Amino acid sequence: MKSDSAVEPQGPEENTPSGLRGVKNIIIVMSGKGGVGKSTVTVELALTLRSMGKKVGILDIDLCGPSIPRMFGISNQRVHQSSYGWIPVYPLADKTIALMSIGFLMNNPDEAVVWRGPKKNSLIKQLLDGVYWDDIDYLLIDTPPGTSDEHITIVEALRQYSPEGAVLVTTPQAVSVADVRREITFCRKATLPILGVVENMSGFICPNCEECTNVFSSGGGKDLAEEYAIPYLGNIPIDPELTKTLEEGGNFIEKFPDSRVASTMRTIVTNLIRDQ
Amino acid sequence: MDVPTDAPEHCPGTQSEEAGKTSGCAGCPNQQICSSGKAKEVDPAVDQIRIRMLPVKHKILVLSGKGGVGKSTFSTCLARALASDNFGREDGDNQFNQKQVALLDVDICGPSVPTMLGLQNEQVHQSGSGWSPVYAEDNLAVMSIGFLLGSADDAVIWRGPKKNTMIKNFLRDVDWGELDYLVVDTPPGTSDEHLSVVTYLNKAGIDGAVIVTTPQEISLQDVRKEIDFCHKVKVPILGVVENMSAFVCPRCKTQSVIFPPSTGGAEKMCQDLGLTLLGKVPLDPLIGKSCDEGKSFLEEAPNSKATLALMEIAKRIKGMCENRSKLER
Repeated sequence: MKSDSAVEPQGPEENTPSGLRGVKNIIIVMSGKGGVGKSTVTVELALTLRSMGKKVGILDIDLCGPSIPRMFGISNQRVHQSSYGWIPVYPLADKTIALMSIGFLMNNPDEAVVWRGPKKNSLIKQLLDGVYWDDIDYLLIDTPPGTSDEHITIVEALRQYSPEGAVLVTTPQAVSVADVRREITFCRKATLPILGVVENMSGFICPNCEECTNVFSSGGGKDLAEEYAIPYLGNIPIDPELTKTLEEGGNFIEKFPDSRVASTMRTIVTNLIRDQ
Repeated sequence: MDVPTDAPEHCPGTQSEEAGKTSGCAGCPNQQICSSGKAKEVDPAVDQIRIRMLPVKHKILVLSGKGGVGKSTFSTCLARALASDNFGREDGDNQFNQKQVALLDVDICGPSVPTMLGLQNEQVHQSGSGWSPVYAEDNLAVMSIGFLLGSADDAVIWRGPKKNTMIKNFLRDVDWGELDYLVVDTPPGTSDEHLSVVTYLNKAGIDGAVIVTTPQEISLQDVRKEIDFCHKVKVPILGVVENMSAFVCPRCKTQSVIFPPSTGGAEKMCQDLGLTLLGKVPLDPLIGKSCDEGKSFLEEAPNSKATLALMEIAKRIKGMCENRSKLER
């Protein structure tokens, strides 16, 4: 990983789209499987980084199912055009978090984006080039499930900026881990470094009897990380407060700083930025 | 909607009245084909698929805009329920009434069906009449790209057109034989795979789509898009299944809500959009476990609430399909 102060070796200046010039580090959040919590992990990573004094941007390239706007409670916001490009949406008053998602470009939130690959690819390129991120420490890119158009396009387009790498999210079950294996193969083929694996939804503690039930099995993420010699970043337990806070668009890290989820997120972020 | 890879940004779509004639078409390499009207000709595969699907009575799509809500879990449970021995016996007829069922997995990048049916190491064979599917039971045929991959970590890194060809092959070249039900499991989203399945099955006819969701708004907002997709492409919606509804602690039996229905869940959405709620399936840790091990949850826990809910939903779907064919006659 490169340090903040290191000279940017790749990419001549004129090739750098105006929007990405102010971005110091780029992390892609991926998973072969859907519904494992990519967007949740992206949002909590951003909020945790922010709590450590970083400025963070989130680019949501899940064009058919953008979740980021809702998770910040701003589904009805619109982006504005300026002479620098699209101005991202700032959900918090202190402007420490900047967001861009196709959700902000839609008139009707229930309308399906029925697009085949080529159209999705051209919008992703536009989203990469055309957003004025200003000055941010971390750009987190939230992706849809799979190893197809969106992923190939984003990785190809980002290559010249040498992104830090990918954080892979999985749930503990074999069915989910199986798809994340494919994502690892994808990263290796695309020579995208893998920063580590996060296991989400591992275990639910009954609020009544404290019994921990492995609703979606257990340990799959850790085993996977060991098998492929990838850093294991940590496991996030199931916490109904987390789902609830995200539904309401609240800041979980500020609301529940002492929860297991928040402390796990801090460990994950510390592991991620340790070398930088 | 149908825009070639090399088309300019303002392409009106090859199926449009304006194809080849708008200002955006100037300079497009496909302009001549579009303006000649050739692009509007239907892919011959659509007709070949119609013929291949003649012995298939009912075709059901399982859809959801959102990933990880349980499409594949539901698809396998539905297929297993429809194929189970005594299913539908209480209709009054006493004769043995076993149905022929097939499950087609068109999730090209993340096929889960082989694992869930315990068929990870199976291979597909080629025969004179096409690809022979893999059989999970005598009367449950399965096809998935998982059977065509060399190893478990093989990634299918394909853009849309290659995925579409694969789906065309699945629909046109698999020798299913006589079938009562073909259940099609799909990936999340409203993109290439979904358009392809619907386009290719256009002439063969689809009985309808079952939409799977979880109770939270985060999931429902994507599912509404999928419903909009069904309206746009004119696929009837049989109904909605709410999965992972509530969780009952196996020790103290306290019910917890892990995925809160903060906007009223699937029930409210169905009311708002005039859709049928087929049922709610509770979150049972044994479902995930059975799927991981490739066992039938319905047989592992025949008396669980989740099994009862799934069987009831399967019955309603069966009823809807049969009514549909009665109406057509």
